[in-house]
Amino acid sequence: MADVVVEQGRRVSSVRARKGRSLRNTLGRKSTVAFFLTLPLILLIALLVLYPAFFSLYLATLNKAMTKFVGLGNFTFLFKRETFWMVVKQSCIFAVTAVVFKALIGFIVAHFVHNIPGKKQRKWRGMLLVPWVIPPAMSTLAWLWLFDPSYSAFNYTLSFFGVGPIPWLGETFWARFSVILVNVWYGAPFFLIMYLAALKSVPDQLYEAAAIDGANWWQKIWYVTLPMMRNIIAITTLFSLIVTFANFDIVRILTSGGPLDTTHLFATWAFQVGIQSSDIPLGACVSLFMVPILAVAAIFILRDVNKRGNEA
Amino acid sequence: MSTLAIDKAGPTRKLGSMSRDRAWALRWSYFFLVLFAIFFLTPPLYMVITSLKSSAEISAATNPWWVFHPTLSNYVELLSSNQFLRFFWNSSIISIVVVIVTMLISIPAAFALARMKFWGSATLATGVFLTYLIPDSLLFIPLFKMLAVIQDFTGITLLNRWYVLAFIYPTLTVPFCTWIMIGYFASIPKELDEAAIIDGASWLQTLFRIFIPVALPGLIAATIFAFTVSWAQFLYPLVFTTSIDQLVLPVGITTTLIKGDVFNWGQIMTGALLGAAPPLIIYAFLMDYYIAGLTAGATKG
Repeated sequence: MADVVVEQGRRVSSVRARKGRSLRNTLGRKSTVAFFLTLPLILLIALLVLYPAFFSLYLATLNKAMTKFVGLGNFTFLFKRETFWMVVKQSCIFAVTAVVFKALIGFIVAHFVHNIPGKKQRKWRGMLLVPWVIPPAMSTLAWLWLFDPSYSAFNYTLSFFGVGPIPWLGETFWARFSVILVNVWYGAPFFLIMYLAALKSVPDQLYEAAAIDGANWWQKIWYVTLPMMRNIIAITTLFSLIVTFANFDIVRILTSGGPLDTTHLFATWAFQVGIQSSDIPLGACVSLFMVPILAVAAIFILRDVNKRGNEA
Repeated sequence: MSTLAIDKAGPTRKLGSMSRDRAWALRWSYFFLVLFAIFFLTPPLYMVITSLKSSAEISAATNPWWVFHPTLSNYVELLSSNQFLRFFWNSSIISIVVVIVTMLISIPAAFALARMKFWGSATLATGVFLTYLIPDSLLFIPLFKMLAVIQDFTGITLLNRWYVLAFIYPTLTVPFCTWIMIGYFASIPKELDEAAIIDGASWLQTLFRIFIPVALPGLIAATIFAFTVSWAQFLYPLVFTTSIDQLVLPVGITTTLIKGDVFNWGQIMTGALLGAAPPLIIYAFLMDYYIAGLTAGATKG
């Protein structure tokens, strides 16, 4: 194997030597090769991520027909609209509540899975991760059907307990509850997997030492598990915060923002304003409001990831 | 012999109580796991239940959790409808092309970023990670406008063409795949590729003969990720395509099976189940790779 490689290398270099030394040096130089290897990546990011991001900034300063520069006109227009402030509020409620419950459920279930014998863990883990595997647009349809007002499986079941029909998607409070519930259902398995991986990396000796010192289960979690998992909890939470904050599929399919725009998030409202009402500048403007929160979360994630890299 | 027995007798009593505690902890764990499993598995199971019902049974006021007259008519209808097969076809081709494009871009880039330190390589790696954090809901409006402008300028139809999606999706898959491939490549011992270079291998030969075979598990994880992301993508196709023959599966099911206010739930659930099938099948067979890819994003790097 090695002989072949050597021969090939010699042949290539002898061919190149004939073509001239300077060209060979340039082509063979490490940085040149590296540049060509990363070129497609750089082009992709520059043309389809960075350029649209800045284009969005430019779009946000145009009027609806996109013929005139209006400066910050779209922004001041948004600030005056009540719907906008409702979207801001709902986005924050949605993201924070959903992430907290995802993290809690993930943490609790991870402990239960960690408790049971190793062989069975695989099976349970496989079952509990299913919500994360199904495309969210598809599973949200199942939820939509479960929430159905007239033939709803939930209301049918609840009627046996004497609980009246609940307007799952028809009333503001319940609609907000439902979109958060579906998001928690979809996202909790991700936390579960991350926390389970983190739990397995905590050395058993630490728990034994804590047990000898007379720590109860709560103290073990508070003084051993949480400090050991701190970094992974931070990264997972921040990451999920970004994804949840920018969520589109679930709200779009479940409520389309209704009733009376009370469940709109930035993404779904931007879609309605920018694409459905074809006011592209205003839509771009709405989605730009996600940037500050995403940026803050991204900075913290980057810090934690780098810290992790340095520790290893 | 007797001392040994006495020695053992002491700890066993303690162990007995401890193991009883453990047994109870185990029982409680199972109890709660069953509860959570019910919560997590209700929607997919309900999909299966509904997909086996006829429209008459769905609108009848019977127990929704049980199938009294199972029928496969929903499956037969959908799988023989050209429209649905078209959605399936569009989704499959797009996902396969996206996987190939993603691998072609991210493997060489990850190789260069992991092994060849060059000017700006650390910044670029950080940039790749940051790009991964940019959500689709931030970029769909400018991308839509960009496609419209290019279309007007060159006369090439870009909007409402399903294959254009195959060039947009890599923005969602490439950053993450590059990121986890950097992690996998960086974990390969330097001695391996140094030995190859000393033997006269070129950079490309080291990539193909050493890095790709050794990092194959990471490669599979990245492939699964790219496939599932492009299969599940909902926002971009919803914005960029409108004609029925240009839709992909998630958008096709949500827009065409809901006719006005009439919900044909049997078919919608069947469609959703068939749409969820490819990722679920991949997951069933390659669960470990799937989980490796999932955890690699935050733990490697």
